[in-house]
Amino acid sequence: MDQKLTIALSKGRILDETIPLLRDAGIEALEDIKSSRKLIFDTSQAHVRLVIIRATDVPTYVAYGAADIGVAGKDVLMEANNQNLYEPLDLGIARCRLMTAKPVGREEAAGRLRVATKFTNITKRYYAEQGRQVDIIKLYGAMELAPILNLADRIVDIVDTGKTLKANGLEPEELIAPISSRLVVCKASMKMKYAMIQPLLERLGRVVQSKK
Amino acid sequence: MTYSNRWLLPDGIEEILPPQAWKIEVLRRKLLDLYRSWGYELVMPPFIEYLESLLTGMGSDLELQTFKITDQLTGRMMGIRADMTPQVARMDAHSLRRKGPSRLCYGGSVLHTRPMSELASRSPIQVGAELYGCPDLTADIEIISLLLETLILSGVQDVHLDLGHVNIYRNLVRCANLKPDDESRLFALIQSKASAEINDFIAEKVTDPGCADMLKELPGLNGDISVLAKARKIFRNAPEEVIEAIDLLSELAFSINENYPDVSLYFDMSELRGYAYHTGVVYSVFVAGYGQTVAVGGRYNDVGDVFGRGRPATGFSADLKALMTLSRWHDVQAGAIFAPTSKDPALSVAVAELREAGEIVIYELSNDKAIPVPVTCDRKMIESDGRWVVEKL
Repeated sequence: MDQKLTIALSKGRILDETIPLLRDAGIEALEDIKSSRKLIFDTSQAHVRLVIIRATDVPTYVAYGAADIGVAGKDVLMEANNQNLYEPLDLGIARCRLMTAKPVGREEAAGRLRVATKFTNITKRYYAEQGRQVDIIKLYGAMELAPILNLADRIVDIVDTGKTLKANGLEPEELIAPISSRLVVCKASMKMKYAMIQPLLERLGRVVQSKK
Repeated sequence: MTYSNRWLLPDGIEEILPPQAWKIEVLRRKLLDLYRSWGYELVMPPFIEYLESLLTGMGSDLELQTFKITDQLTGRMMGIRADMTPQVARMDAHSLRRKGPSRLCYGGSVLHTRPMSELASRSPIQVGAELYGCPDLTADIEIISLLLETLILSGVQDVHLDLGHVNIYRNLVRCANLKPDDESRLFALIQSKASAEINDFIAEKVTDPGCADMLKELPGLNGDISVLAKARKIFRNAPEEVIEAIDLLSELAFSINENYPDVSLYFDMSELRGYAYHTGVVYSVFVAGYGQTVAVGGRYNDVGDVFGRGRPATGFSADLKALMTLSRWHDVQAGAIFAPTSKDPALSVAVAELREAGEIVIYELSNDKAIPVPVTCDRKMIESDGRWVVEKL
């Protein structure tokens, strides 16, 4: 049967670090993804194509089966919490930590904690596991500003080097989860395109192992 | 509510218009006829009943799926059926109480509080068949064959059957001796095949090294039939039930292959769909180009226990709307015949004869020529030499 395999990637750090992994596994885009404005790319393997979408859309595309495979950060996957995905491979790239952070030296607020984050589901789950009820404020960026302007007491965000936090008078507090990028596979695709997906998983697994 | 959104239906609830509605109904009739020809008796479970009888023994997933309302007569909670299988199981255990095997089939609407998967309807039309009273593989083979016949009759092609067996995971996890909380965490991880997290979890929580190794391999054991041989090797020291499950899958695969060579088989040793109530083989159907399951089934012995009589049970169900979406049927419905208004009794006789023969005949409602002929009509009746005949429009 003439089957195509669609792999969803997102621009930025994940793309930069995934391209070499895919290349070592034998899949290379026929043109330069980073400089092109196109969204779909053919590859060195005729039946494999790459699509470039927003990071937070990767679980959606893959869960609906619009893409068979995707690369997404564990943070995005935890937030989407989608049941229709397999997550068989930790690519070990784009590593960082998902943490809570608070202003240096600020006293614990009385009553309910206000937490600003773009990861509202993760934050709710995390504090519930800690036995704390919190008010969550959904923001789309520049989380660090929220405690400074007294919009929130804490933030939950991705911490890489911690420099942005420090520059804004915040300090990391608790680790929610270590983050790295995962290869995700649509459950239906896994069952129907197994013969194409499994060899790719194995090749990529070996590439990831060799980089450790 | 503004005028512009008065017509809006709730998410996942759809109305079915012509010609789709007839297509679905024709398919429903054909399928029920098929089940009847295999000896399956039709049952019509109630649309609504008390929550206890609807949910007992079925696990928390079904409870979340069920719409609930209070019965004004008794103050008790009632649920609108989200799955007809437990109702049919109750009928077998409590209402019928037959000695030998019972074969039951059904077709009707169910409601889901949340769609089963992305883009799934919240009001599927469920059709299915259940076979009670036979613990043998022959019963599973009969049910799977009937499921595959259902797909063939519906005109669904490119069928992939995903087979698993819940006893594999159940017995492996038993030997790991986990606390209930940890067990449900491992369950979630296995379902998403999150290998990195599974390995971390096992390293931390599973002390028995043999058991840890087998659990680590479990999520990767999926693929074509060669997986069974691989699994047999990896699980050679596993509890007997695990080996029995693999043997059963091999036998099943052999039989399906023989009778339905076009169906692609896929095996997943860690398939856990319906884990709360399934007790043996589980399967789901996928179709190329469609990202969701089309039909599901499996063995669920002793669900009737809570109604006083546990019995071996196996069955499947499918969503008629999904079947219709995937059907390669062409619209074969012939056009209708237009009949003029006339006081001639011979016309009524001719019309009745045509209708008897299965034709659709639509009477003209008035002589006003400005009213257009219905678009479904492609022929008309005219009087010729004192007889009513049909000719092209």
